[in-house]
Amino acid sequence: MMEFLKQPWTWYVAGAIIGLIVPALLIFGNKHFGISSNMRHICAACFPANIAYFKYNWKKEIWNFFFVGGVIIGAMIATVLLNSDSPIQVNQHLASDLAGYGITDFSGTVPKQLFSFESLFTLRGFIMMVIGGFLVGFGTRYAGGCTSGHSIMGLSNLQVPSFIATCCFMAGGFIMANLILPFILRL
Amino acid sequence: MPIKNNLSDTNTKATMANLINDDMDFEIRSLDSMCINDSQQQHPWWYNFKYLTIGIVFGIVFVKAEIISWFRIQEMFRLQSFHMFGVIGTAVVVGMISVWLIKKFSIKTIHGESISFHPKKFNKGQVYGGLLFGMGWALTGACPGPLFAQIGTGALVISVVLVSAIAGTWVYGYFRERLPH
Repeated sequence: MMEFLKQPWTWYVAGAIIGLIVPALLIFGNKHFGISSNMRHICAACFPANIAYFKYNWKKEIWNFFFVGGVIIGAMIATVLLNSDSPIQVNQHLASDLAGYGITDFSGTVPKQLFSFESLFTLRGFIMMVIGGFLVGFGTRYAGGCTSGHSIMGLSNLQVPSFIATCCFMAGGFIMANLILPFILRL
Repeated sequence: MPIKNNLSDTNTKATMANLINDDMDFEIRSLDSMCINDSQQQHPWWYNFKYLTIGIVFGIVFVKAEIISWFRIQEMFRLQSFHMFGVIGTAVVVGMISVWLIKKFSIKTIHGESISFHPKKFNKGQVYGGLLFGMGWALTGACPGPLFAQIGTGALVISVVLVSAIAGTWVYGYFRERLPH
């Protein structure tokens, strides 16, 4: 059993479990699946700064903090107890492409040569981590949701705006990964 | 309505004020379509541990299915692997069937409340914001959920990305009125 769990899980198993989180949250407490709004609740709780968008009773959304707390704990459990010890199989084209930019270490969840405290002070690292993170926070709130809120919860509920948002997530990702990222990685 | 009793008059006013505050609060909170559902029931705080449990399952799947891997996200956006499309596609299909079943059989929550759904309204933010988020997703290799999971795997530097994402959220809130929606 443990050996089975330690292997990387296939896409349909993972997809099915993630899909089941939608009804689980609904049935356990009438909650809509969504992660990115917790960053709004953090702003509302810590630095509302008299901004109307952050002036609401965030305590009513406290369940979301428990949910992301669970995500962090779950990731720890998987890393400590269910580690497969073998690095992930990266597509050959991607691997050779990345090697051209000096990225050869595929062992971590994020490439250590790009995401580290040392590279934070390089232009490349700053763009990837600080600008990238900023775009994630700004973009998800502007769009009104992220992959979970729009792409999974919204599409499950057959919402056209969520479909549009999902197409734009993908379009933005395609543009960045194929057209802009090569220039950033060269820095 | 004529209220003769002074005491009950003050009470009514207080309730009215509360109602208006609640309405305001709800209105602001629901600027985010995710935060519309509002429970009338009061539960002890530790009831929230049920969400923690669901979160733990989510976190384990994130790591074991390599969804939080920067490399898998790059493969997705370069069309070099089916994996992420398979994960998201399956999740959507399972979610759709679940929501359909919940609606069809009017399934209630474990506390007996009815489950509510709300239509999302289109605004231009879904396009502009969507494109910006997509770019951030390709850069960091993480959408908001995986950000937390990556930190959980021990990649502590990702907390910088998370802080930056929270800053991005705050800046959006600050400029919200002036942005095209």
